[in-house]
Amino acid sequence: MPTIESAFFELHRLDHLAAQDSVIHRLDARIKVLIIVAFLVCVISFDKYEIAAMLPFALFLIVVLGLGGIPSGFVINKLILVIPLAVLIGLFNPIYDQQPLMQLGAVTISGGWISLFSLLLRFCLTVGAVLALIATTGFNTVCMALEQLGMPAVFAVQLLLLYRYLFVLVEEGQRLDRARKLRSFQGRGLGMRAFAPLIGNLLLRTLDRSQRIHLAMRCRGFDGAIRTCRLRRLNSRDVLVLVVAGGVLFAMRVFDGPSLLGRFVTGLLA
Amino acid sequence: MHMADALLSPAIGGTFWAASAGAIAWCAKKVQQGLDDRNVPLMGVLGAFIFAAQMINFTIPGTGSSGHIGGGILLAILLGPYAALLTIASVLVVQALFFADGGLLALGCNIFNMGFLPCFLAYPLLYKPIAGSGKSRRRIAIGAIFAAIAGMQLGAFGVVCETVLSGISALPMHTFLWAMLPIHLAIGLIEGLITASVVTFVWQARPEILDCAAGAHPQSSAPITKVLICLAVAAALISGVCSWFASKAPDGLEWSIARVTGQKELAAPLAGIHGSLAGLQEKTALLPGYGFRNSGQEPAVHLEGQSAWPAVDPGATVAGLVGGGLTFLLIIWLALVFRKRRRAA
Repeated sequence: MPTIESAFFELHRLDHLAAQDSVIHRLDARIKVLIIVAFLVCVISFDKYEIAAMLPFALFLIVVLGLGGIPSGFVINKLILVIPLAVLIGLFNPIYDQQPLMQLGAVTISGGWISLFSLLLRFCLTVGAVLALIATTGFNTVCMALEQLGMPAVFAVQLLLLYRYLFVLVEEGQRLDRARKLRSFQGRGLGMRAFAPLIGNLLLRTLDRSQRIHLAMRCRGFDGAIRTCRLRRLNSRDVLVLVVAGGVLFAMRVFDGPSLLGRFVTGLLA
Repeated sequence: MHMADALLSPAIGGTFWAASAGAIAWCAKKVQQGLDDRNVPLMGVLGAFIFAAQMINFTIPGTGSSGHIGGGILLAILLGPYAALLTIASVLVVQALFFADGGLLALGCNIFNMGFLPCFLAYPLLYKPIAGSGKSRRRIAIGAIFAAIAGMQLGAFGVVCETVLSGISALPMHTFLWAMLPIHLAIGLIEGLITASVVTFVWQARPEILDCAAGAHPQSSAPITKVLICLAVAAALISGVCSWFASKAPDGLEWSIARVTGQKELAAPLAGIHGSLAGLQEKTALLPGYGFRNSGQEPAVHLEGQSAWPAVDPGATVAGLVGGGLTFLLIIWLALVFRKRRRAA
């Protein structure tokens, strides 16, 4: 599990990446959300013993990340941080699922190992896809896209405000934590007894802050809705991208490309 | 624990997405009705507070490890269930998008497990009756502890059910439950103790905050019927999906279909919705033969006895390996090309 500190460092990094400019960045956010959702549905709808047929989706993801200028090291680091969860769950597959599914010379591979690798692959693909979305779009734009796609306005405002104050409050939390640690010797005072007043104080400060924010917003004419001036219209290029990407994803889901390729190559060799 | 996309099947993901989207829409309507636009920044900032509070660890007595607060029940107590569900959902969205904790399709499950269950079961059924009108410190504390434990247990149970129903993990239900529930009992107890002490701290320092939360949402204790209706609908949905998946277990039906039609599965047209739902159909297959089925072009005619495993087709295996390997090489090559381009840029 990643520590939350490092995760927040990554937050800044993601924001930075989202501010770049590329073919992918220039696409309408709604289109990107729809494509990513289609991608995810395709990937998780594969059979649990499927590996090869899923690889074209990795190809798709690599192309998107490459065009979007997202460094592969960044994505791989992120994957390494979160993959223990998938391994933890998947490791039981080889134990419980021992039916032989594959014969490689003398070695028989059980279904459990295949489904473990399938699980890890789909984990990488799904996490990578979400990262690709956020790293090429940015949180605020994703929120607006979701609102345009029908998410309740109250919830969109909630997400935008949460994200805006995330950085402020997290820094405050970090300061509190550092101050407490500096004053603690041999781990004293780090227990639950001192924790509650600490968090309680943070909570009270937060509530006061929200009141100040509310007053400031009222002064500026807030009436419960946040207005944005950057409502984009879909142009024909966006629609074209959606159709093409959707078609490609659908084709990759329906046709088992690697298997066809393999048959073709082995057919040539035979 | 957050559900991950990779552990889900589309049916389960979709069902819970629909349930959670409905819950969010309903809560958004409720919150908007009761607005008081003071709640808007309050919810946003409290969501951010959860992240801040998670920055601060405490040592768990007796174990030497450290933990942090989850905050679901705390939000429900401070905001009332409707606003709390929206706030928890927003926290989960940020976690899914930025921390790869959970996933986009798993969001529905996560919001259900960590938002809906604590806010609409644990909070109104446990915290509210025990804490009463919030006049006694002890009752508030006990209510918070029980609600936190119950919320955590329900959430863990939800995770187990969703994972097992999805069928990606081979973990049997009872083993998984035995692993998850005791751990989450401990986590829930700690969460409850922490929540109780934070709430009583706030209650002592600024009692009007809790009064305000309780007073601003008088409906939170009332609509038990509505909650029950929602649950009934959810249960019906889930059991529907269950029964669908249960057909995986008795081979009888599949076997008889095989006897009748001479095919393992009824050949379905692979276009349109059938294609996209092929994964579902594959799950209902007798045994998911790894013969690299050519997207249904070869309708798996071999009629093996019930006891035999599906015949391992070496030709298909080799083809799959070769094709997979080539695709993999292509992926690596593309990654290197893009990397070079980035370096050059």
